Amino acid sequence: VNLTRRHFLVLLPAAALAWESILAGTPEAAPNYQISEHWWGMLVDIEKCIGCGNCVRACAQENNVPEGYYRTWVERYRIKEVNGVETLEVDSPDGGMHGFPSSDEPGVKQFFVPKMCNHCADSPCTQVCPVGATFISPDGVVLVDEKYCLGCRYCVQACPYGCRFLHPQKNVAQKCTLCYHRISKGLTTACCENCPTGARQLADLKDPKDPIHEYLRTHSVQVLKPHMATGAKLFYHNLDGAVR
Amino acid sequence: MYPNEIELQWSVLIVLYPFLTGLVAGAFILASLERVFRVDAVKPTYRLALLTALAFLLVAPLPLQLHLGHPERSLEMYLTPHRSSAMAMFGFVYLWYLMAVLVMEIWLDYRRDIVVLSQTTTGIKRLIYRVLTLGSSNISDGALAVDNRVGWIITVIGIPSAFLLHGYVGFIFGSIKANPWWSTPLMPVVFIFSAMVSGIAMVLLLYMGLNRLRGKPIDMRCVDTVAKYLFYAFIIDFSLEMLDLIHRIYESDESFRSLDFMVHSRLFLSQVVVQILLGTVAPILLLGLTQVSRLSEIARKRIYTLAGCLTMMGIFAMRWNVVIGGQLFSKSFLGYTTYKMGFATREGLLPAVVLTVLPFIILFVLVKLLPPWADEQTEPIARSAAVH
Repeated sequence: VNLTRRHFLVLLPAAALAWESILAGTPEAAPNYQISEHWWGMLVDIEKCIGCGNCVRACAQENNVPEGYYRTWVERYRIKEVNGVETLEVDSPDGGMHGFPSSDEPGVKQFFVPKMCNHCADSPCTQVCPVGATFISPDGVVLVDEKYCLGCRYCVQACPYGCRFLHPQKNVAQKCTLCYHRISKGLTTACCENCPTGARQLADLKDPKDPIHEYLRTHSVQVLKPHMATGAKLFYHNLDGAVR
Repeated sequence: MYPNEIELQWSVLIVLYPFLTGLVAGAFILASLERVFRVDAVKPTYRLALLTALAFLLVAPLPLQLHLGHPERSLEMYLTPHRSSAMAMFGFVYLWYLMAVLVMEIWLDYRRDIVVLSQTTTGIKRLIYRVLTLGSSNISDGALAVDNRVGWIITVIGIPSAFLLHGYVGFIFGSIKANPWWSTPLMPVVFIFSAMVSGIAMVLLLYMGLNRLRGKPIDMRCVDTVAKYLFYAFIIDFSLEMLDLIHRIYESDESFRSLDFMVHSRLFLSQVVVQILLGTVAPILLLGLTQVSRLSEIARKRIYTLAGCLTMMGIFAMRWNVVIGGQLFSKSFLGYTTYKMGFATREGLLPAVVLTVLPFIILFVLVKLLPPWADEQTEPIARSAAVH
């Protein structure tokens, strides 16, 4: 091949791009799943949560979550009034994985709040990723490409809800994937599947038949930290003002 | 505390990063005083300031690289940058500053010396200088005038670039809305002025220290002027930091109680004692004293040294309090964590100390290779022979 230096320099970036695309490979096919027909979120009913920790255990098992880190967790809020002043106690031993020690103290308002990634439509974590390794999929799930993540942890800092962590062995950012490997096959998430009271409900906001639409019309729902304007899609029913 | 927040994500290495880039930006701005603003008194520090900036700039990305979970993927930031990410711009801002500003300016300023040294030295040194000439040995008056003109233009571009380099570092923190300790538009501005303070103080200390080691007299007019600028920069820096503090106290938003408790407990020593009292108020008072009273030369030298050392400590504490302090409280504003620093681990104390010492070793080599001292200026053997 008669290749001049000038031609070589021109071809180099094109070759680099082609090589990148070869390395990226072909995405896994899911023939029965139309990505553009879904927009995933979740509904949590605080009054239904009994703090059993089934969801945390199911998530850890389903997704091989390393010990001491949580893709979902449950917090217990205890609000009591002492001399007219409200005091707040929040605990989450082992992320609520093994439930909570019982407490029958009278005059205490107590409730459980399951937490996880809010799969924000305007997510601050995807905004800050320097290489775009974390992204929002066309069906509204915030994911991390483990083969691309630098492990700089800027996304962990940017998440207002504390949902991300650095995997201690893989050295990449990890978080709730909304069990993408399940929902793209028509299943529900591991946490929803294992919730004994139905406190967690996977919701497809693009599916007109999904009961979420009726629920949102007839119930008062709230998202966490609405002032952050993250477009959170984790909707809470009966959320107390004390929850952060 | 959210359970994933217990472990700190950004370690002492990320404290070093703004500290080192701050020194770069500050040293460069001091150098520009002579070049652009014609402050002749600081001329003896001009070249030293440029070399200091280069030495620290070369080390600045290393703590970041060491901190990454996958350092081997860092090149992706250049190849596939994410346009909405402040951090993605790091590589470009850094390269622009290193190659387009600093290296160019140093090369142009030293070009005559390099050409002369390539003719007067022997052996390996001669080879190094010959490479550094980049094949141009024209040091005629006309060529040097062009160098000077281009150098001036680069310095003029360099000032906003220095502001960009460090203001950008401030923006990385200031733009994180999830973290109220960081999220303020003042952050880049505070970073720029604290950078100027630290860079000027570092060059002041280096100039006095190196002249003492060389047994040469210290140009008091020069250090008095540098100290004066340090004092001015410090006043602005302190005012901005106090403005931020007063604003937070007066506004008392939902994060205030949590942050206030943190400042009064976990950060009391590093923030109130080391950063504000010892690292800011004390050097401002000391420098102020030299401005309002007539002190002897020896007293001034001692005050400048003490104020310089306190300043370095204070600015390091400021970086520490921003980076580490910003991760000690929960984003739920309920609960706190602690930072446990390892020693010989990848992000421990030992690599941090090595990375702090490394710029001084690089500076030592640079000063040997490219002497910044006016009393060691090289003279061409035969001027006509050097002109082609």
